[in-house]
Amino acid sequence: MQEFISIFVKSIFIENMIFAYFLGMCSFLAISKSVKTSMGLGVAVIFVLVITTPVNFLLNKYLLSEGSLAWLGPAFATIDLSFLSFIMFIAVIASIVQLVEMIVEKSSPVLYAQLGIFLPLIAVNCAILGASLFMQEREYETMGQVAAFSLGSGIGWLLAIVMMAAIREKLRYSNVPAPLRGLGISFILTGLMAIAFMSFMGIKI
Amino acid sequence: MDALKEKEPMFSAKNMGLIKSPIIKDNPITVQVLGICSALAVTVKLEPAIVMAIAVTVVTAFSNLVMSFIRNITPSRIRIIVMLTVIAFMVIMVDQVLKAFLYDVSRQLSVFVGLIITNCILMGRLEAFAISNKPWPSFLDGIGNGLGYSWILVAVALVREVLGSGTFFGIKLFDTPWWNLYELGYKDNGLMILPPMALILVGVVIWVQRSRHRELIEKN
Repeated sequence: MQEFISIFVKSIFIENMIFAYFLGMCSFLAISKSVKTSMGLGVAVIFVLVITTPVNFLLNKYLLSEGSLAWLGPAFATIDLSFLSFIMFIAVIASIVQLVEMIVEKSSPVLYAQLGIFLPLIAVNCAILGASLFMQEREYETMGQVAAFSLGSGIGWLLAIVMMAAIREKLRYSNVPAPLRGLGISFILTGLMAIAFMSFMGIKI
Repeated sequence: MDALKEKEPMFSAKNMGLIKSPIIKDNPITVQVLGICSALAVTVKLEPAIVMAIAVTVVTAFSNLVMSFIRNITPSRIRIIVMLTVIAFMVIMVDQVLKAFLYDVSRQLSVFVGLIITNCILMGRLEAFAISNKPWPSFLDGIGNGLGYSWILVAVALVREVLGSGTFFGIKLFDTPWWNLYELGYKDNGLMILPPMALILVGVVIWVQRSRHRELIEKN
């Protein structure tokens, strides 16, 4: 249990997707203009992350990584399909995003109306593919670890985009130098927030 | 021969414009806001930044080319999946080449080579340009956008490596047989190595660029 909590907390604060790895920056900068929409996008990201990363974990464990085909018989034990992982992961993500969109549309029209525009955008959000690739690189062993990692990363992403949106809403009343307005100041703000987040780095869990 | 002469030359002014405009006026990073994710994490040292820049330029140019060839036979409803497949194929090729010939750099770049797939420059250019243009202009557009991405990457990496580690392509700049600035009290700026400085430096690049090209300034 302690192991899961430590992975969870670590992926929210210390290894935050945005402030430590800059993943999902494109939508982070484009959507973070108001708190309400960024909340919607954040929830959608958590939703998709929690589904895709475990699916990709199973794929990686039983199909792609070296020696993972051993369950088919000893002749397959030496096959290494890991060079296919990019194309498999992105196919899984694209199809699950499509699937989630259809399921949400049928089962919960209210949620669909809130997430609607953001769901398709998520297929090309680097945070989703990034989580799958980190899962592969860090060699998590059990489903529980992967679930804790993906939920934590999603919440970390939500936290970051909502904080950014809150600051940008206030920023409208400030006198920013003209060439810095919009994109420039957002970059510098994200940098300063990342420095603040680095204070978590010293914590050993 | 006459029929060939009447066609547009390969390097006409219009085609060269496709290469030039993304470098400053329509830069993928600072103006179109595409492909920031991977741009920032690989700029601690010059070498990985340059490898990454070349990889992205190659992938953009060739996936633009391929997509432009098959643009007329691709049904528009499944084009996103087709695009992702083309891009993923190119990225796998680049990744395998890097692993074979530049293994150390490939380790340093870690997941960021794979993340070229979701680099928005690729999808953005395919959707905005290659899907509706002929192969050769699409190829040039890919090269242009790749170069626009590259120079920002290299500029940020240059500042971070020189100020942060005091080296230039791994050669020590401030501790040489002729002079040693560290003895005079010079210190490397450790903050430059940390990830947040990449964001702030890109912010500064945007600042400089927009004060020189005032038409790019945003309204709000």
